[in-house]
Amino acid sequence: MANVPENLHYSKDHEWVRVEGDTAVIGITDHAQDQLGDVVYVELPRAGDEFVANESFGSVESVKAVSEIFTPVSGKVAEANDSLTDEPEKVNKDPYGDGWMIKIKMSSSGEVDSLLTAAEYEDFTKAENE
Amino acid sequence: MDSGISKVTTHISHNEQLIFERSQPGRAGFSLPPLDVDEIPLDEIVPREFQREDNLAGMPEVTEVDVVRHFTRMSSWNYSIDQGMYPLGSCTMKYNSRLNEKVARIAGFANLHPLAAEAESQGALQVIYELQQHLREITGLPGISLQPAAGAHGEMTGILIIRAFIDARDGKEGSAKRRIMLIPDSAHGTNPASAHLSGFTVQTIRSTNEGLTDLEHLRELCAHGDVAGLMLTNPNTLGLFERNIKEICRRVHDAGGLVYMDGANMNALVGVARPGDMGVDVIHLNLHKTFSTPHGGGGPGSGPCCCTKELEPFLPVPRIVRTRSGSDGPDVFKLDFDYPQSIGRVKAFFGNYGMMLRALAYILTHGYDGLREATEAAVLNARYITHGLTSDYEKPFAAPPMHEVVFTDKRQARKSVHTLDIAKRLIDYGFHPPTIYFPLIVSGAMLIEPTESVGRQELDQFIEAMRSIAREAVDNPELVLNAPHTTRIGRLDEAAAARKPVLRWKPAAPPRMATSDR
Repeated sequence: MANVPENLHYSKDHEWVRVEGDTAVIGITDHAQDQLGDVVYVELPRAGDEFVANESFGSVESVKAVSEIFTPVSGKVAEANDSLTDEPEKVNKDPYGDGWMIKIKMSSSGEVDSLLTAAEYEDFTKAENE
Repeated sequence: MDSGISKVTTHISHNEQLIFERSQPGRAGFSLPPLDVDEIPLDEIVPREFQREDNLAGMPEVTEVDVVRHFTRMSSWNYSIDQGMYPLGSCTMKYNSRLNEKVARIAGFANLHPLAAEAESQGALQVIYELQQHLREITGLPGISLQPAAGAHGEMTGILIIRAFIDARDGKEGSAKRRIMLIPDSAHGTNPASAHLSGFTVQTIRSTNEGLTDLEHLRELCAHGDVAGLMLTNPNTLGLFERNIKEICRRVHDAGGLVYMDGANMNALVGVARPGDMGVDVIHLNLHKTFSTPHGGGGPGSGPCCCTKELEPFLPVPRIVRTRSGSDGPDVFKLDFDYPQSIGRVKAFFGNYGMMLRALAYILTHGYDGLREATEAAVLNARYITHGLTSDYEKPFAAPPMHEVVFTDKRQARKSVHTLDIAKRLIDYGFHPPTIYFPLIVSGAMLIEPTESVGRQELDQFIEAMRSIAREAVDNPELVLNAPHTTRIGRLDEAAAARKPVLRWKPAAPPRMATSDR
């Protein structure tokens, strides 16, 4: 069963968000990396790029397919995890830790509240697999 | 009965080195006659600044026969449509007949210079014209250009035509407000790429649980007055006929948009149904799929673009037109550039002409009745496979498929055997695997397209192979998980190959094959 940490927020596009003050750390879930298979390339934005919620900020390429990744929150990219360029396998090995993708300075703090809780996300992925 | 001969596994053909590794100093594929003129130092006749400093160290030194055997041996490891069924869904890997090849090699065609004068190219122009006439009839769309060199190229040509039409119809300001291209979530990845390159923003239409375009979602997306068009594949990539196609086209037209059909799956329609009659405005065809010209190995492809009378002014130039010399003289074929609204040329000269000859040969050898029969056989074959596999594999959509069918690994996944493993194991049974993990909306998809080029015996063998793998997945999952076993190289580490590719041979590199030596 995929790992779904309690303290994170989740999107229906299988991203997770960890709130640190007014910054959101974003990555893809354990379930997402499991479905994608071995990740071979991660394309991320640069610091300073701005996105609105649900906009695509990059892509993940696995041996199966290329998938877009969407930001669940609006704001300006403070930092991107550039180490994924050389070590995309971190997304598979540690999706909630070393495999994080971007840190966004949130322009509206309310957006995370509309995201799924860990329990809701678990139910959502179960329903999706039915 | 023991013949006393054991399997040869150490023969050079089983352990083919790189051509670089076959190099031996001083070996060459030629021997030059002795010089009958005085030798002059290069510097005296070519100034230094014009001399290239190629570092040729490490280039293989080999004989002609070394080269011939090396590449011939490697070619024997390939799988090809001349060896057997190639059920790669969405690719229509049908037989490419020998007659096509013969026709394409007729010297008058093969050696004709593309800049030869019109008067000296009449036969070649007539071939283009006649192929156009047939494709017009087959699609039910009167406008046509054979220039695009591949499917995605034809796609982009079609979308640029839509763009040009809307620019002309709505004016600059009006057109700027129409920048949405609707694309179903089951579409080929080239669709959004073509739309984006043509200046459109893509909005995705959901598929229903039945695997068809969600009409309600389409209605919502069409409600804002910003839709330029819809890109639809029919039958769609799930192998299902969009039975609401007329309604879909009507809704897009009512919203002021145009309908582009991706002709990737025309092998299910030729001679039976015409996109023009369904309400489609513009379509591309893949001669390298539906019309039996080579696919893969570089083809090259050919992606003709057909459209309605309304869109015709925007087609690429030059067009090939037929005129008469005198009142009852012979037909004369001309290149016509005089279409001021045209999007211009999309390919040098006439497109991939050799493919046009092959496609015309295919159409003429079949005749329209034969084309219809081929379509029926393609659909029948896919349904035969569907029937044969339904008891062992999960079929995500209930509707009977057209020319291809999608199954999933849902049942096998319970034993941790996944689509990739099933595909690899199929190689051991002598078949090329189907398309896997596409369409993206189906988890663990296996998209199987047998085409009309296989008979019942081979279909039965394929079904038996797939059913046997389903049994193995239960009884002996390791066998499937470690497949293939009968190939020269076993399971490759695809992730490592993509993450840390070794792209250049280096002298004295460590052993190059990471997996088991066979």
